[in-house]
Amino acid sequence: MNLLKAFAALKQLRFFSLIISFSLAMPLVAISAVQGVQAAESDLVVYSSRKEHLLKPLTDAYTKLTGVKITLYTGKEGALIERLKAEGAETQADVLMLADAGNLGYAAQEGLFQPLNSTLIEKNIPANLRDGAGLWTALSIRARTLIYNTNKLIPSDLKGYADLADPKWKNELCLRTSKKVYNKSLVASLIAHHGEEKAEQIVKGWVNNLAMKPQAKDSQVMQAIIGGGCDVGIVNSYYFGGLVKQQPDVPLKLFWPDQDTTGTHINVSGAGVIKHADQVQKAKQFIEWLSDGQAQEIYAEWNNEYPANPTIKPSELVASWGEFKADSLSLNEVVKYQQQAVKLMQRVGYR
Amino acid sequence: MSLFLVTLVFLLLLPTLNLLFSWNSVDTDIWQHFVKTILSELVINTTLLLLGVGIGTFLLGVSLAWLVVMIEFPGRKLFSWLLLLPFAMPAYVLAFVVLGAFDYGGAFQQFTQVLGLPYMDIREGVLGPALILTLVFYPYVYLLARTAFANQSITMIESARSLGYSSWGVFWKVSLPLARPAIVAGISLALMETLADFGTVALFNYNTLTLAIYSAWEDFRSLATAAQLATILMLIALLTFSVEKLSRGRRGYVQTSRLDTPPFNPSKRYKILAFGFVLLVLLAVLLLPTMQLSVWAYSVITEEWDERYWQWFGNTLLLSVIAVLITIVVALLLNSLEFSRRLPKPLMSLMGVARMGYALPGVVLAMGILGAMAWLNQWLSTQWFIGGLFGLLLAYSVRFLAVAYGPIQSRFQTIKPSIIEAARGLGAGPKRLVWEIYLPLLKAGLMTAAVLVFLDVSKELPATYILRPFGWDTLAIRIFELSAEALYERAAVPSLLLLFMGVVGLLILRRLNLFK
Repeated sequence: MNLLKAFAALKQLRFFSLIISFSLAMPLVAISAVQGVQAAESDLVVYSSRKEHLLKPLTDAYTKLTGVKITLYTGKEGALIERLKAEGAETQADVLMLADAGNLGYAAQEGLFQPLNSTLIEKNIPANLRDGAGLWTALSIRARTLIYNTNKLIPSDLKGYADLADPKWKNELCLRTSKKVYNKSLVASLIAHHGEEKAEQIVKGWVNNLAMKPQAKDSQVMQAIIGGGCDVGIVNSYYFGGLVKQQPDVPLKLFWPDQDTTGTHINVSGAGVIKHADQVQKAKQFIEWLSDGQAQEIYAEWNNEYPANPTIKPSELVASWGEFKADSLSLNEVVKYQQQAVKLMQRVGYR
Repeated sequence: MSLFLVTLVFLLLLPTLNLLFSWNSVDTDIWQHFVKTILSELVINTTLLLLGVGIGTFLLGVSLAWLVVMIEFPGRKLFSWLLLLPFAMPAYVLAFVVLGAFDYGGAFQQFTQVLGLPYMDIREGVLGPALILTLVFYPYVYLLARTAFANQSITMIESARSLGYSSWGVFWKVSLPLARPAIVAGISLALMETLADFGTVALFNYNTLTLAIYSAWEDFRSLATAAQLATILMLIALLTFSVEKLSRGRRGYVQTSRLDTPPFNPSKRYKILAFGFVLLVLLAVLLLPTMQLSVWAYSVITEEWDERYWQWFGNTLLLSVIAVLITIVVALLLNSLEFSRRLPKPLMSLMGVARMGYALPGVVLAMGILGAMAWLNQWLSTQWFIGGLFGLLLAYSVRFLAVAYGPIQSRFQTIKPSIIEAARGLGAGPKRLVWEIYLPLLKAGLMTAAVLVFLDVSKELPATYILRPFGWDTLAIRIFELSAEALYERAAVPSLLLLFMGVVGLLILRRLNLFK
């Protein structure tokens, strides 16, 4: 009996919780309603998988130049794509910027872009760096190159990606994890060039030659080479650039692989106009500006990348690495073989 | 009221339901590939990591809690509080600090090289990630065990001693068995966090089941397979809990006493030993990492600092506070329903399932919510559900409900019906019962829950990153974006701010005498 009375008191407790929840709900609704305000204040909403601190100089410069206010919303590639899919026609986003041709291709395949239809972009960016259907364009190029310890090796020791599978590199090779999209694309290019069987042999050879467990980041690969844990590794050119800027006398050098054969593997970062964009014209103008002089220079200077616009010169540091022959393989091919590459790497135990 | 309840339960279950529906269509190709290649390795790795963190948090959490409650030694009271602080440190921050010091190019390696010692790869094996996760998750066990020990009755301990038990014997035969539910609850929380962790294991390139989830999603673009793998994680979490429940049976462990002074006052040598041990832990988890972060932050502060940090700080604080309020209220509501047995049993078990959301990697949970929100938008033909705070706050509630639920539940269990009867007998009305009996008795549990959820939300990354509205960037996001590009020096600035926020929050509660 008494217990029942206690329950009556608990009912009161529930009542208490209810009051709190309602008093909480009010400001929450208010805050949630505010969400649209910031987007409404700005003229252009950009979804980007490029990190905020890398892109901010560009958007700031654009706002200063044109007065167009930009809301920058960063996220991981896959998550941004899923978010756009979920938002559908109601999305507030106008521009989607992604790294890696595979991600750009997937976004295009999922119908997230609309055609750019811009003669300026077509003039600025070479055709092999743009989507075949004109849905996206590359804005910067990065090369996935070899990096070696200058105290241990001389350039003539090195050849290219496939050569790193040779047993002579046993315990001398460092690689970043296969989970990173850069390596997926690299192995996809190997499949495109050599066929799956040969590519599998190469990657298996890499795994056998590893001096240590694959690193989580390109920067760790470089540190391991500097520290003498291994002699040679594969990294993106701009990571090397970032390191050299900080430590000019580091005993590392960059080597352009496969110059006599297929050329060095490159990838891009790029952008497209979102299909359900509210500000199609402004979005297009922004991407056009990104493909043009000033923005391309900022790209080159800030992140040590190669401008996608061939009339713009790379930064002094990047230019000092010399000209190189880039792999002319179409990025569509790279995209096509990416999943096969992942399966291959998981099969041979490259983690 | 019942409509409100049904809506609440429905909302909390929504992401889980979304995941379960993924079993609708199974992509046998990807599954076969995973089974043939990585799955067995991942299962072994995950099991090893769970074992490591389980043992580690048990040893560290229980021993520290026992020391600060039962043994008198210098600095005991201050340590008792300081030992909570490591929880304010995000696991991934500790991971990159430790890697920065011990990996190639780090101070430790340079030191061993001078000595001519061979290189030791701390990324090898399960030890590194297990150690990091133990050091940041032990406060779960510590906090719950400390409360349990502190509530043990002095008479029981004295009688055990009079029967000839040493302090060691009291620990094994009395304290530990009595504190078991609390300790297991703490370890379960630590293990669920471990299952959900991605950042730390990624930095060590230690491949757990989360790798398969990411691979299914990012490599094979199959959200369904990722969701199916995630339901397996939830199943593991569910099993962990049921094993404990089964082994405990129907026995209750109601303790309401309060130990004000430690019953053991050992010799000087042991006091120094206890002091040294606690100091060592604090040094490893708190002092050294903070010093490293400070050195890094100092070197880049002019480059990294801008006024937007105020906004990120404010966002983090606001989100954490709102999430705390919501989670606590929901956990209190559900607990009171469970306590009064008002909810039908099936519904109660469903809520148990919803709490397993804690074991979900934040990304999976966020994707589940994104899918559910898209569906709600369509169903109610509105656009209200995506892009606002609603989805994010729902994610926090689902993910951290388990954290808030446990401490409150354990307090509810200490409320004896006789207390209520007595109060009623003395003429207390329902209102006074709530304000003067229930809430004061629950206060300790509510505060513990609030602290845990606050710190958890303030460092939460994946769900925040995916679901935040425009302009709601947080400190954790800044840390991630900088550290993803290996700019650890700059990432130290937001890391320190985050740490600072947690410590100040705990300090305020301590000053208000709400939480010690």
